[in-house]
Amino acid sequence: MKACRPSLRGLALAALALASCAPDAAPPAPAPDELPAHLADTGLYADATLRDVAPDVWPYDPQYPLWTDGATKRRWIHVPAGSAIDATDPEAWVFPAGTRLWKEFALGRRLETRYMEKRADGSWLRASYVWSDDGGDAVLAPAGGVAHLAEVAPGVPYDVPGRADCATCHSRGDGVLGFDALQLSAERDPLAPHANAGVPAGQDLAAFVARGLVRGLPADLLARPPRIPARTPRERAALGYLDTHCGSCHRDDGPLAGLGLTLGAELRDRDGDHPPRALVTTVGRPSRFRPPGAPSCEARIEPGAPELSTLVERMATRDPLRQMPPLGTHLVDVDALHLIETWIREDLEPTP
Amino acid sequence: MSKSLITSLSLAAVLVAASSLPACEKASAGATFAPASVERGRYLTVALGCADCHTPWHVGPNGPEPDASRGLSGHPAELVMPPAPELPEGPWLVSAAATNTAWAGPWGVSFTSNLTPDVETGIGSWSEDTFLASLRTGKHLGMGRPILPPMPWPGIGRLTDDDLRAIFAYLKSQPAVSNRVPEPLPPRG
Ligand code: HEC
Ligand code: HEC
Ligand code: HEC
Repeated sequence: MKACRPSLRGLALAALALASCAPDAAPPAPAPDELPAHLADTGLYADATLRDVAPDVWPYDPQYPLWTDGATKRRWIHVPAGSAIDATDPEAWVFPAGTRLWKEFALGRRLETRYMEKRADGSWLRASYVWSDDGGDAVLAPAGGVAHLAEVAPGVPYDVPGRADCATCHSRGDGVLGFDALQLSAERDPLAPHANAGVPAGQDLAAFVARGLVRGLPADLLARPPRIPARTPRERAALGYLDTHCGSCHRDDGPLAGLGLTLGAELRDRDGDHPPRALVTTVGRPSRFRPPGAPSCEARIEPGAPELSTLVERMATRDPLRQMPPLGTHLVDVDALHLIETWIREDLEPTP
Repeated sequence: MSKSLITSLSLAAVLVAASSLPACEKASAGATFAPASVERGRYLTVALGCADCHTPWHVGPNGPEPDASRGLSGHPAELVMPPAPELPEGPWLVSAAATNTAWAGPWGVSFTSNLTPDVETGIGSWSEDTFLASLRTGKHLGMGRPILPPMPWPGIGRLTDDDLRAIFAYLKSQPAVSNRVPEPLPPRG
């Protein structure tokens, strides 16, 4: 039993035990032949050198990027000629059939490129392509993902998620998480963790509208680039971070609706007349999570006291039974944790 | 490593056999299940032995049996388990509580969930969506940490949508029992 002690190992073993008992129990995966075997055949690159992207593929850069244990990322989108993204509802863009998106992950060298493509029936194909060491080819990863493809720190693995995990996170709205009005806004949040400074030329909302890729966007969002309404700059950045990292699961609908915890950001109430749901459902609200040995009931966010806030506790651990988000990282996002803690301590009035 | 599950499953099987639950329910044949679904769900819940793990066992007049007063309410909150015994190297892998509601193995310690409709501590706040997602994906609430052994979700998750909905309808029709099951414990480290 000694070898089983570290918790990650134990969980992996448990997962194995389950998997080996029902090898074909996974939810129906897309027929593999619908996914090209090589990244080169997804239409991303202009030629076989796998360096320059095709002319109908556009790079973009979300202002609140997802933290993946420090991996650096590049992203691209392709929308078929003659069709466009329907942006009538600024918080729920609808992507046309044939839309393709890519996200490349690198740690010194390219590790994997995640890919999604919208099918004619409205569903998405999602999979990852794993790069060879020399960067000469990237091949379709198995449906279950690839454990320990590289290391993000000595002894800490970098894993390629399985296809069922893609669907768990990509479950909000139409399933695209980083290409929307807020993420492409020209008015960047200077405090957003891990973001690049400024929008690269030709990659903001207005540019995608001008190109005809995005249609139906309410005019006021062009006149006044969207930003999260918040009382302080730190709060704005905190809400943006929670939106990307937590909001796709913690929302008003879907399997977790019963928790009554909503962490997505809202653009509709742009002048901030109503407190955001991410505050209403957290500040002073009792958490349903009761860690072993802590009988008393904690608030999700205790204003003024990050050390008493479950939300902070769940972000600050990588115990696989407790960590938030529950998948996708092995390391605590220290910069973000600092932002959230400071926001709770300095910007939220303690309840008397 | 499949031993862990096999071990616990066969244990569950032994218990199922021993419990001789009344097999009085008939499968309702049709695909319609407005009122019939609760009956269908009851049939499936009994036949699949959910109570073997989700109802705490006690010693009744006829020997060990599920404690009907706590039907499907999971590991009793007041039963604080001492540390699990440390097993010697060898093929024995899993320890189970006398209640059949707490299980220790290489994954740590898992406690069976409260499947009654209590809003705070059971599945009262779950939607059908949550229930299906959980049993299909093997993720807690359909989106969280992996669901731990010995919960046999890979098999249960292969039931049809209608059958899973029927089980959910049956569970929701049960008396709510307020019982806050402890969070699982990580492996000893
Ligand atoms: C931990 C949650 C999580 C998992 C698991 C995950 N993603 Fe994502 N993904 C995100 C978020 C959040 C974004 C948007 C932010 C960004 O791009 O940094 C994103 C962005 C993307 C994009 C760019 C388009 C978009 O939706 O913004 C692609 C393509 C993508 N992911 C593919 C995949 C594939 C394929 C998998 C599985 C192999 C996967 N993702 C697994 C959270 C996740
Ligand atoms: C062999 C024992 C066993 C049997 C039989 C069993 N369960 Fe479980 N079940 C468990 C354990 C243990 C857990 C707690 C797992 C955890 O905390 O990760 C659990 C958890 C659950 C959960 C909670 C999942 C979640 O998202 O957290 C549901 C729902 C559930 N079981 C339903 C059922 C149903 C329905 C049946 C019968 C069809 C059943 N179980 C039969 C042991 C069992
Ligand atoms: C992939 C889906 C997913 C993502 C992403 C996610 N969570 Fe969760 N979260 C869950 C699930 C499932 C639960 C309920 C079970 C539990 O407590 O583990 C949960 C529970 C919680 C709880 C306790 C619930 C309560 O009543 O207070 C908090 C706090 C929380 N999450 C915070 C976060 C934060 C902060 C983030 C982002 C940094 C995040 N979560 C991202 C799935 C997710």
